[in-house]
Order: sequence, then structure tokens, then C-alpha cells
Amino acid sequence: MAYDKFNILTSSAVPLPIENVDTDQIIPARFLKATERKGFGDNLFRDWRYNSDGTPKEQFVLNNPIYSGKILVGGKNFGSGSSREHAAWAVYDYGFRCVVSSFFADIFRGNCLNIGVLPVQVSPEFLNKIFKAIEADPKTELEVNLPEQKITILATGESESFDINDYKKQNMLNGFDDIDYLLNIQKDIEKYAESTPL
Amino acid sequence: MSKTLFDKVWDSHVVKHIENGPDVLFIDRHLVHEVTSPVAFLGLKNRGIKVLYPERTFATADHNTPTRNQHLPVKDPLSANQLKALEENANAHNIPYWGLGHKKNGIVHVIGPENGITVPGATIVCGDSHTSTHGAFGAIAFGIGTSEVEMVLSTQCIMQPKPKSLRINVNGELSEAVTPKDVALFIISKLSTSGATGYFAEYAGDVFKNMSMEGRMTVCNLSIEMGARGGMIAPDETTFEYIKGREYTPKGKDWDAAMEYWSTLYSDDDAEFDKEVTFDASEIEPMITFGTNPGMGIGISKDIPLAETIDGSPATYKKSLEYMDYSEGEAMVGKPIDFVFLGSCTNGRIEDFRAFASIIKGRKKADNVTAWLVPGSHKVEEAIKEEGILDILTDAGFELREPGCSACLAMNDDKIPAGKYAVSTSNRNFEGRQGPGARTLLASPLVAAAAAVTGKVTDPRELMHEEVLA
Repeated sequence: MAYDKFNILTSSAVPLPIENVDTDQIIPARFLKATERKGFGDNLFRDWRYNSDGTPKEQFVLNNPIYSGKILVGGKNFGSGSSREHAAWAVYDYGFRCVVSSFFADIFRGNCLNIGVLPVQVSPEFLNKIFKAIEADPKTELEVNLPEQKITILATGESESFDINDYKKQNMLNGFDDIDYLLNIQKDIEKYAESTPL
Repeated sequence: MSKTLFDKVWDSHVVKHIENGPDVLFIDRHLVHEVTSPVAFLGLKNRGIKVLYPERTFATADHNTPTRNQHLPVKDPLSANQLKALEENANAHNIPYWGLGHKKNGIVHVIGPENGITVPGATIVCGDSHTSTHGAFGAIAFGIGTSEVEMVLSTQCIMQPKPKSLRINVNGELSEAVTPKDVALFIISKLSTSGATGYFAEYAGDVFKNMSMEGRMTVCNLSIEMGARGGMIAPDETTFEYIKGREYTPKGKDWDAAMEYWSTLYSDDDAEFDKEVTFDASEIEPMITFGTNPGMGIGISKDIPLAETIDGSPATYKKSLEYMDYSEGEAMVGKPIDFVFLGSCTNGRIEDFRAFASIIKGRKKADNVTAWLVPGSHKVEEAIKEEGILDILTDAGFELREPGCSACLAMNDDKIPAGKYAVSTSNRNFEGRQGPGARTLLASPLVAAAAAVTGKVTDPRELMHEEVLA
């Protein structure tokens, strides 16, 4: 199933300078009961965002109107914990297309790539620069350039390159997914399977 | 060229290698549950394709299921709908489905090994991060997202770059009351929850060699909590003894052929690992967590570390202690608790119930404690009854529930109330993991039992040395 193409994204960003943000915070388990992939953005960071009576917690960043944008910037070890792709869906459904951190948990990073959200890993120093830039001006814009694999703080011109493997980069640029690829090599897979006992 | 155990299994499953990209990895066994599969099945429907190898696919209901009155219709309409979707999808694609009430029903990572679906040298995936459990048998097993569930259903493959290798050695002998759970919590406390991210672990050394299969499953289960995709242990006589004769394991000549392959599954003497760490078993004492990630664990006799002594952001550390309503420097022993949860894919097997019962026997549940004892499967439940453990539990004022994931992730009604403390044998103490506002202390079944009878955090060694007035 093709997803959105990703090329160059220029946007303000939402800062979440907390380490070890786990997938239970991104979307608590009690909101995983759907059988279709929609509406998860409403419950993104549910328990940090809302009180138990459903009223918004005003101090939480998503409830602060001065912050907005398609880029979420999180602290180190973002997305640890459960394999629930619902966490990536919630990030996407809320409107984010890119998550920046100095370190990502493996499964969350893979899930993001599989649905067209770009995980951008930067150095701890550059992450701090981003947080400082947003603190100085909440509307400050970041440019995430996938073809050049470069992220830039536009106000200061400071930039850093980021890694992504060529295969996934092409998928992101073109909006391809892995199943299209795998279905195309099904003959090879069937041949392999014949040689492998159950 | 010498290879690690992981290399041997991974390399033999690569259908195709993509230059500067992932490997196309063939998956021998795919376990499916109700929460992470419906959107994947919907994807197949939209593409107009069927499950490629239903005979390599197994489905069970566990995450969402009630642990009481399973014979009655599920009350929560959303949960009921998800269970119905799994049953319909399994039927439409000819996948064996062990739903509620089925005698093989239970937590996916408990029933896989129990029924012999889990074998050495296999690649096993499931849309659940604790799939790492199956690595105990020398399999490569790891959790995947729903897009990948769809890949495996439709093509029996996933696309993953090969992870780096990490060997964790624990040598020497474990001290009294130190269980596999304590070994795992100790390792995670040393490496942190991201210390093994990007790696696939192999556990080696005396401690794992001498460990039962149940114990090895507990250790491998928790690999993901240090960030590793999975962890594995080379199969040996203990492994073969455990799997022989189970329903889905090879029989007769097939067994002999399999044994020939399985006996090659070890890391060569001169195999190189990208990273290697070694611990001394005697350093480990019964563990307990005090914070909001599984890396925040300490020996039960120790005090909560001071913020200045920890790695990482002091602000995040303080936020975590604030959530727990604990302060730096406090002792854990003596802290009051409200709930005890024995169960989950980490500690919901028969050995865990035996350990719990060994402390409970002749004592009574503390009045201030609500205890939820949830077997990992119907087979575990049967064993609890057959071995007389149920009588011990009942005499002490405990009730046994029906199998499922239960309060580990609180998707069903088993939610720890806001602000309450639960000593849990499960795997995650994240904020709200066991219910909104719930506070979790991760520990072994022995520590959980000690808390259940005293109503507070208690060193199980104290009770083990105390005469019980039966």
C-alpha cells in the first residue's frame, strides 16, 4: 500500500525534551482496540495530554497553542517498549511526518519508516541546539531534506546530516512499501520455502 | 569462517540480501494475536491476497481477554469486536485459532513453547515485542509492527537489516532467592533500557547453562527491555528434553534430522561479537524497580539512587520519582503496596507459580493487598491444580484467575487504580502501563509473594529463613 511521499519538509516543531518516551506514553494500551487504522491521533500521549476526566492538561506541550508543526522533537531513546505500530500511527494521524531524536528504539524506528514517518537521528549536541532554537522562538522552522539527508535549523543555518539506508530512502522518496517489493520476489520466497521443513 | 549462533540462524534464513539495505528474511513461524493483526488482515483484503503459508501461522486471543468468566460473552464491545475479527480472519485464511475457552488458549509466548511451535534454529515473529521469549530455545525471535505482520502474512518474509551481535556472560553461582527475573533486571539495570538497542543478544555462561527452560524464557523475554531486538541461548540437553514429544515438534526420523541441525547451533569458539559484557552471578541479589522504566532497578536491600549518581537526564529521573511518589535515598524495603500481580509472558509459567507458592505456603495474604494471580495458559492452570499449588493459594486466601495478558498491560478490566502500588512479575513499569496512574514495582515471583503476605516490599530471604507456624 503506497504511503505519502517524503522529500523536503519545512516546518516548525513541537518539543518534547523528555528521555525514554515509551510507546505506552505515546498511546496507552487501552486505546489499541480498533480493527481499523484511524483516529489514533486523538489519543496520542493521552495520559500526558488529558486528565482522567478528559479535560486537557494545560501544561502539556500538545495543548500549548504556541507550538505546532509537522515535526516532533523528542529526547533520547524515543519510542522504547512495545512493538505496537499504533504508536507510529498516532504520531502520523496527529499530523507529524517526522520525529527527531538523538536515539530511537529499534521497533518504533522501523514502524515509522514502514508508514512514511521519517525518524531523524541527530547528535545529542544538535538535539540540544534544536531545543534551544525552539525555546528562543516556538515558530522557528526546521528543514528536513531527505534527498540530501540533512536537517537544518533555518534561523541559524546550523545543519547536520543523518543516516538512512538507500533502500528505505528510495521507499520514502517514492511512497513505496515493502510488501510491493516482497510480492515481486514471491517466486524466490516460494523456492526458499520448499527447501525448509515446517 | 567462524560464526555466532545468531549468524548461523540468520544467514540460513536470508532469501535475498539488498545492498545497503535490509535482508529479506524468511520466517518459519508466525504467531498472531487479536490486537496487532486486524489492520494487517485488512491490508491483505485490500490487496486481494490470501495468507501465503497458513500452516506456518498460529493465532490466539490473549491481550484483550477477561481473566474471569471466560465462558460468558466478553462485555467490552471493542474487545469483543477485536476477538471476533481475529476469529473471522483466522477462519477465512485457514489459520489454527486457539480462542477463548480453547484448551490450548493462553498468552502467545507461553503457548508457543508449550505446544512445540517454538523450536531451535527457527525464525519466529509476532506483533508483540516480547516475542524475544522464544530465543530461549536458540531461535531468532523478535517483535514486529503491524506493517510487518502484513508482510509475513502475505509473503512469509520481513525486511530487516541484520542487527549487531552482543554476548552477555553471567558466570558463577546465583545466591539464594535470586531467580532468572532478578538476573534479567540486574542486566537491564547495568545496560539501561537503550544499552542494547541495535543488537541481538546471546546469553552465555554458567548461570544460563544451569537454568531451566522456564527461566531462560524469562531472561530472553526481557531482552527487549534493554533495547535488544531479541536474545537467544544455545540449545542443549535441557532444551531438547523440554521440546521432545510436544505436539508440533518433529517426530521419528524428522526428529533425528532436526537434532543433527540443532546440534550445530552454538557460537564457534573464535566467533567475534560486536560487543561483549560479563557479570559475576554473586553480585546479583533479588531485584526490584523503583521508577518508570525497567532499567530503574536495584537490589532489594539497596536505597533509591541519588539523581546525581545516575546516567541520563536528572529532569527525566526526577519526573519518574515524582510519578512514583518516591524520593532519592529512600529504602525500598518496607514501602507499602496495594496490589500484587503474578502472571504475564515474563513470569506466568508453572515454575513461577511454584516459586510464589513456596513463600505463600502456611502464610496468609495480607489484608491490604489485592492479588491477581493469572496463569499464562490453560496448561499452566492445569498444572497448578494437579501439583496442589491451587490448594496452597486458596488456603492462604488467594484466588486463581483464568489465563491471559491481564494486568501486564491492562487492556482488559484488570487495571491497577490510579496512585496504587503494585508489585508485578510482568515486564514494564512505564507510567500508566498497568492502568492510568498506576505505580508498578517489577520483581520476581518470590519478591511478589513476600509482598503479598506482608503487605509491603519485603526481602523474600527474610521469610525463607523464618519458621512458618503451619
